[in-house]
Amino acid sequence: MSFSVAQVRKDFPIFERTIRDGKRLVYLDSGATAQKPWAVINAESDFYSKHNAAVHRGAHQLAEEATDDYEGAREIVAQFIGAQENEVIFTKSATESINLVAYAMGNAEAGNRFALSPSDSIVVTEMEHHANLIPWQQLARRTGAQLKWFKVGQDSRLDLSNIDEIITSQTKVVAVTHQSNVLGTINPLEAIVKRAHEVGAVVVLDACQSVPHMSVDVVALDVDFLAFSGHKAIGPTGVGVLWGKAELLDELPPFLTGGSMIENVTMTTTTWAPVPQKFEAGVPNMAQAVGLGAACKYLSELGMDAVRAHEIELTGYALEKISAIDGIRIVGPLENVSRGATVSFTLADIHPHDIGQYVDSQGVAVRTGHHCAWPLARAMNVPATTRASFYLYNDDHDVDALVAALLGAQKYFGRF
Amino acid sequence: MELDSLYQEVILDHYKHPQHKGLNPVFTAQVSHVNTSCGDEITLNLNVENNVITSITWDGQGCSISQASVSMLSDLVTDKTLEEADAIVKSFSELMASKGTSAGDREILEDAVVFAGVSKFPGRVKCALLGWMAFKDAAIQSQGESK
Repeated sequence: MSFSVAQVRKDFPIFERTIRDGKRLVYLDSGATAQKPWAVINAESDFYSKHNAAVHRGAHQLAEEATDDYEGAREIVAQFIGAQENEVIFTKSATESINLVAYAMGNAEAGNRFALSPSDSIVVTEMEHHANLIPWQQLARRTGAQLKWFKVGQDSRLDLSNIDEIITSQTKVVAVTHQSNVLGTINPLEAIVKRAHEVGAVVVLDACQSVPHMSVDVVALDVDFLAFSGHKAIGPTGVGVLWGKAELLDELPPFLTGGSMIENVTMTTTTWAPVPQKFEAGVPNMAQAVGLGAACKYLSELGMDAVRAHEIELTGYALEKISAIDGIRIVGPLENVSRGATVSFTLADIHPHDIGQYVDSQGVAVRTGHHCAWPLARAMNVPATTRASFYLYNDDHDVDALVAALLGAQKYFGRF
Repeated sequence: MELDSLYQEVILDHYKHPQHKGLNPVFTAQVSHVNTSCGDEITLNLNVENNVITSITWDGQGCSISQASVSMLSDLVTDKTLEEADAIVKSFSELMASKGTSAGDREILEDAVVFAGVSKFPGRVKCALLGWMAFKDAAIQSQGESK
């Protein structure tokens, strides 16, 4: 089971253009956002040009077609992650998905299983993206609940040695990333989920860096909520997904209120529509959801196991070639085990921003900085890193181009 | 190469040999600024006596542009009055906003005109301005002190 990267690249029109005066585009920033295939661009365009109408309302043919397309996308996304259709909620982003859960929990009244009090605790990890840290940090602040976290060891893995002290009978929520957006580390969910469920806590999984890159099955993972963004999974911007177990979504109070999410409304009271509508107030990002459906279809046809296998091979090559450069420190697991295709590093005393600028002049697009995970950067004792994140359209040539550009940067900034 | 207009030798020289780095424990005003997009940090201590900047010292971490820029700024505004320094900051801010259309006023900015190339790289303008904005804040605070 494999695919041709050259063939895949033909599906992504952006690779037809060149960068910085005719250089081949070496796009190594898919961890920030992925490029889009024609299938996605066309799906979004087709929706606007042929079927545009507000879904779930309107007594006309276009409204029916728009609703079919939108709900069809929900079905595809559900299949893609092994979920039931009514468990998939479209949001505007993964950030909104996680905030939805955090704010909805904050709305829970006493007696609701999600209600938090100062005697409860919320557990996160030191390697979270700000999007899976700040919503919980602020929920803790608002409710008085205690925020606890797993630390990251120098081996770039979570330190779970004290798991029984971190996740206790007080714990209501454990929010953890599937794969670090900086280190590439894939976290051992089994142990975390087992302990969380032992004490009756729910597990919220940030799957932004996993769903686009590997086969993810929510039933097999046995987490309780899962969030990912469309645009990192070759889908459009402006659409994210929140998945939750049906019975939990039923009990979770709504976050945003307004049109489309109601059952009955009087001047003083409202009852909620069943999930997923309860969590989709307002006219949703329809064209973007349809585009995400096309993205999941494209990825499924390629095969997520094939995508993962391709990335494992590419990561092995990248780790070998990059770590051979003098002065390189890889910030992340050095061994190609339980890690994704994200390789962050520092290069001697050249600041990442300067590295990024130089490699850009060679057509190589990387990200630099703290990657929205500032506490992690502090824990790893680096002010910033350069990050190369690989995807299905990257190959060995891209790794070679990066390495050549890094050697060039060393020479360029070593002039003094 | 286009990159050379960004990384002028004078800039890299200041980066490798930063001036006025290391905080003077005595100061009229202290300001810390962070570039939230990349995490670069600068703390700047300013001493003002009779409306004249008697010393400016700083510490921080960041890219060559942000570090060289604050280094050059420190050279430039030491011994200037607050009004003179304000005019220099204004001139530099205008240069940074010029998108590559201005070469900078050498009479006011002296060596700092080498940052003209930075204005062509929108992602780096913030880096160049980090220390200057910290200084601007510190100067305003110092004015408050002397009143």
